[in-house]
Amino acid sequence: MKILLVDDSRTIRNIQKNTLKTLGHTDITEAADGIEALACLAKERPELMLVDWNMPNMDGITLIKKVRETDKALPIIMVTTEAEKSRVLEAVKAGVNNYVVKPFTAETLSEKIEQTMAKLAASGAAAG
Amino acid sequence: MDVKFVNAFVGSIINVFKTMLDEDVQVGKPVLKTAEMVTAEVSGIIGLSGEVQGSVVLSFEEEAACTIASKFAGTELTLESADFSDAIGELANMVAGNAKKDFTGYEASISLPSVIVGKGHTVSQSKVFPYLVIPCSTSMGKFNVEVAINTVKAPAMAGA
Repeated sequence: MKILLVDDSRTIRNIQKNTLKTLGHTDITEAADGIEALACLAKERPELMLVDWNMPNMDGITLIKKVRETDKALPIIMVTTEAEKSRVLEAVKAGVNNYVVKPFTAETLSEKIEQTMAKLAASGAAAG
Repeated sequence: MDVKFVNAFVGSIINVFKTMLDEDVQVGKPVLKTAEMVTAEVSGIIGLSGEVQGSVVLSFEEEAACTIASKFAGTELTLESADFSDAIGELANMVAGNAKKDFTGYEASISLPSVIVGKGHTVSQSKVFPYLVIPCSTSMGKFNVEVAINTVKAPAMAGA
């Protein structure tokens, strides 16, 4: 599965990459902000995108809104320190499929990824 | 400073270190920052804006900063490592962001992190509201969380 990680912290991207590797995912592209992510998306559409909220140049919520203008189906998980209910609702409204609050354990991230992909597979099967 | 803000930071420090580093933090009694407490070798700084304004500083001595950053990043880091500041900044981001969720009744935003590295530097105190220093101790070394915040509105009444 092709995965795009979008976070301005390389430390966090490395932590996420290690978790994804334990789940068997190694086809990973990285972007440090929303603008870099849009450039990556223009080249190749991933099958899953993990997005931070607070980033320089273009934040995660702006990125998600831009992506959803043209792509309603790409699975997106927001991974952020923003934990208030109002922020989660804002992200859901913008079009995220799931939400992980930092700090997170490898188990939590794994669960949310598997949950997201399973839900999409089930809805795809139902639609098919 | 309202005790709920202090409690939010204490809870956040414990949660972030337990979740990301599997490390228990002993949190000491918060004290007001004085001129004698000004030196640090590494500081991770986050600004707060909105209805809660000010800043949060995680300040470390070199050895503790390197040990904690290395465990957090999962790789050996020194002050010269390219990812050292990134790791300290992200740690500060998590502490501030996690505390913010418990600022019940107040809307606040956090800034991107800044990191200062240098022997004996000072993060100057605000003239408006002083820093409260929360001393923290772990098996990897000691650090301080310095919080200087002010609220700019009365909190919404519960149920209003």
